[in-house]
Amino acid sequence: MLNYYPSWKNLLVAGVLLVGLLYALPNLFSQDPVIEITGTRGEQVGETLQQNILAALERAQITIKSSELKADRLQVRFRAAEDQLAGQDAISKVLPPEFTHALTLSPDIPGWLTAIGGRPMNLGLDLRGGIHVLIDVDMDAAIEKTVERHAGNIRTALRDEKIRYVTVKESGNGVDVRFKDAASRDQAEKVLRSEFRDLATSVRDEGEEFYVRVFMSQDEERAARRLALEQNITTLRNRVNALGVAEPVIQQQGDRRIVVELPGVQDPGKVKDLLGATATLEYRLVHGDPGQAFEAESSGRVPAGAALYHERNGQPILLKRQVIVTGDEMTSASSGFDQQSGQPAVYVNLDSKGARRMRNVTTENVGKPMAVVFKEKRTVGRDAEGKPIRKWVEEVINVATIREAFGRRFQTTGLDSAQEAHQLALLLRAGALAAPINIVEERTIGPSLGQDNIDQGMVSVAVGLLAVMVVMVVYYKVFGMVANLALIANLVLIVAVLSMLQATLTVPGIAGIVLTVGMAVDANVLIYERIREELSIGSTPQASIHAGYERAFSSILDANVTTLIAAVVLFSIGSGPVRGFAVTLAIGIATSMFTALMGTRAVINLVYGRKRVAKLAI
Amino acid sequence: MEIVSKNLNIDFMRVRKAAVGLSVVWLLVAAVALAVRGLNFGIDFTGGTLIEVGYQQDVELDSVRRALADGGFGGAAVQRFGTLRDVLIRLAPEENAGVDAEAANAQLSDRIFNALNTAAQGQVELRRVEFVGPQVGDELAEDGALAVLVSLIAVLMYVAMRFEWRFAVGAVVALAHDVLFTVGLFALLQIEFDLPVLAAVLAVIGYSLNDTIVIFDRVRENFRKMRKGSPEEIINVSINQTMARTIMTSGTTLVVLLALFFLGGENVHGFSLALIVGVVIGTYSTIYVASAVALWLGVSKADLMPVKKEGVVDDRP
Repeated sequence: MLNYYPSWKNLLVAGVLLVGLLYALPNLFSQDPVIEITGTRGEQVGETLQQNILAALERAQITIKSSELKADRLQVRFRAAEDQLAGQDAISKVLPPEFTHALTLSPDIPGWLTAIGGRPMNLGLDLRGGIHVLIDVDMDAAIEKTVERHAGNIRTALRDEKIRYVTVKESGNGVDVRFKDAASRDQAEKVLRSEFRDLATSVRDEGEEFYVRVFMSQDEERAARRLALEQNITTLRNRVNALGVAEPVIQQQGDRRIVVELPGVQDPGKVKDLLGATATLEYRLVHGDPGQAFEAESSGRVPAGAALYHERNGQPILLKRQVIVTGDEMTSASSGFDQQSGQPAVYVNLDSKGARRMRNVTTENVGKPMAVVFKEKRTVGRDAEGKPIRKWVEEVINVATIREAFGRRFQTTGLDSAQEAHQLALLLRAGALAAPINIVEERTIGPSLGQDNIDQGMVSVAVGLLAVMVVMVVYYKVFGMVANLALIANLVLIVAVLSMLQATLTVPGIAGIVLTVGMAVDANVLIYERIREELSIGSTPQASIHAGYERAFSSILDANVTTLIAAVVLFSIGSGPVRGFAVTLAIGIATSMFTALMGTRAVINLVYGRKRVAKLAI
Repeated sequence: MEIVSKNLNIDFMRVRKAAVGLSVVWLLVAAVALAVRGLNFGIDFTGGTLIEVGYQQDVELDSVRRALADGGFGGAAVQRFGTLRDVLIRLAPEENAGVDAEAANAQLSDRIFNALNTAAQGQVELRRVEFVGPQVGDELAEDGALAVLVSLIAVLMYVAMRFEWRFAVGAVVALAHDVLFTVGLFALLQIEFDLPVLAAVLAVIGYSLNDTIVIFDRVRENFRKMRKGSPEEIINVSINQTMARTIMTSGTTLVVLLALFFLGGENVHGFSLALIVGVVIGTYSTIYVASAVALWLGVSKADLMPVKKEGVVDDRP
């Protein structure tokens, strides 16, 4: 029978629409301002904390909408953004340091909807405001650093084996060790080969100079790069977590880049400072007395085993080359004020290795001065190829006499401000970057622009949709109305699929939806024009409907497949904004095929099918 | 209601030589514009810094320029963005700026914003910052060009598979025509060419192809159905038969694009403009470029008989 859908097809169309409506629904709930409290290192947020926070909010006379204890976080909902800001002040006063809080927006969705996985679409940074940075990891520096470490280990190994060498020099991806004679060279080569199994060795003679080269194989180099990237991602994640941002994204992109996306952050300058910072501390013993330091500076001759540094006021000071502990050995750090002097201070905890060394050194050197060096890597220019040249900038921030032996826990003063102490503690906590980084791309969208983008996007979708619908009704009458139903169903389905996939909706994404609206009617136009042609050559209404759908199908399929090809290419090659466009375009093509073909057919069949029809309103 | 008569019979192909001439002329203009003026690439491709700030009252551009010059950013380009309160500031990337070059580029936006904010006593709102390093810019440009190329090749393959190589060549020539025309117009008018515009150009490829396929589909059908008639006549009939659909679809698409152009805000202006141009030119090129090329390559009835496609052997005597 013509123009009759078996009930399973009708049920399928109705079912898909129902599911679509259900999953599009979460987007209609309003977003509440929320403060989220989480543990910095996975500490459990418990009921006691919840009680404390609620009490603090009550004391500050801030009304809240609700508070909810979830698996790993506490969410406090507010009715207005002002309450949220006031609440932030109140909460930050009572919040223990091992917890962080973040301001965010969260929809108030009923439990049953959350239970079936209903979630609203992710809004891109261009719609909700926030910072996007693309970070390039300096891989050459990462390799250099690894080679540096190998050189140190080689020196130690040779010394331990009592093999005399002339020089140990880093070059490229390896270390050249020079010897006076072939015998010690050969002995060294054997030792080094067994000691550094993951490195390759080679020997060569240049006249009276005998060399062993210890170098990284290609695999080894690749592993070093991967490790540097992974370590940097971890460090950046720790730093971002310390900022207290809700839903941060930290992702690897390609083999040397990292994307960091922070929704809703207001101060891009502060974020970039924090992400790129390389500051760390080092503890060393002071060498000799101030007189020797001045002498070394004026003569340029530094005594063996010592290095010349400067204090923050410019005064020279000689420090022993040997480092007692570095930032890598610090397990935690916090900032505060020295109880006696009231100066800003950083409290440091060492790991067991560092603590043992610190205890040994301080026990042996009671009464002698020890210096704290503040190290920061800064770019000081570019080489001929345009690559940045970086140098460690090192300042002695504090020299103090060791009064008694200490180990695991101690404090350091001498910082310029409480802010600097805070920042340094944060960096020490988060760990050092394994390789220096450059910000190569930034996109920041202020919150007001984000809202404007949403509003303008909504208005243009609405106006475009309405105009198309009017045209369709005027031109195709009843059939036009059916096409319009399909158009609305198509929009609902796009939103539902985006929500289900948790894809991110961006401004180009909205543009993709707008374009889909324009193109989605194409399928119906093709079908309806066919039906009209069939009618005009004298076919019966029923036969015309049937033939119209049948004949237009191949055109519709080809047209959609080719557009889909373009969307897929866009997605696989394009980046950020282009991808957002491609995703909605592709989803729109798929859903519009369903609504324009099956959806309209089901409705048309219900209206005209299985009965005598003298004339079609088309 | 009907926009075109059922018995529409315009001899489109008769004037195809003139039309091809016209196409050649404006493609030459586009090529010359591209060669001489070049594209006005946005910072997505050149690298650089772009800052959009919002003032609480209408602001004179001169006062913004003065504030920037005082802050040491004399080289910045300043323009209005949509309203009298929104201002867009652009800076080329600082190359070899000596000390702290890399960091300087990344931190530039903060320093500029601070300069403006100080001058306006804190009455400025940061609406948007885009910073693209020169290297990333080059990569985005390369990826973009690659995307255009790959999609053209993918389309060529699909159409050749579904139809016939002459149609595929016709379709791709039409697409290249549309891309060149649209990009050429952007060069001629020196409208900024950024990432969203590139996405629009790719969407134009999709759209224009859509249009071409619909007509080719009809041509194929008519070749199989009509017993007499030269290829030229058959193509003419096909174009006439699909004319109502062509006008309706381009019309509805243009309607939403116009809504986007006028209501979607400054940010999607370039994007929607490229699509509007593309839709118009895509409709034209389907008729006069794609069909004309297929005709010129000598497409004939025998090429389109269903035997090959269905893989059924016709063994009747």
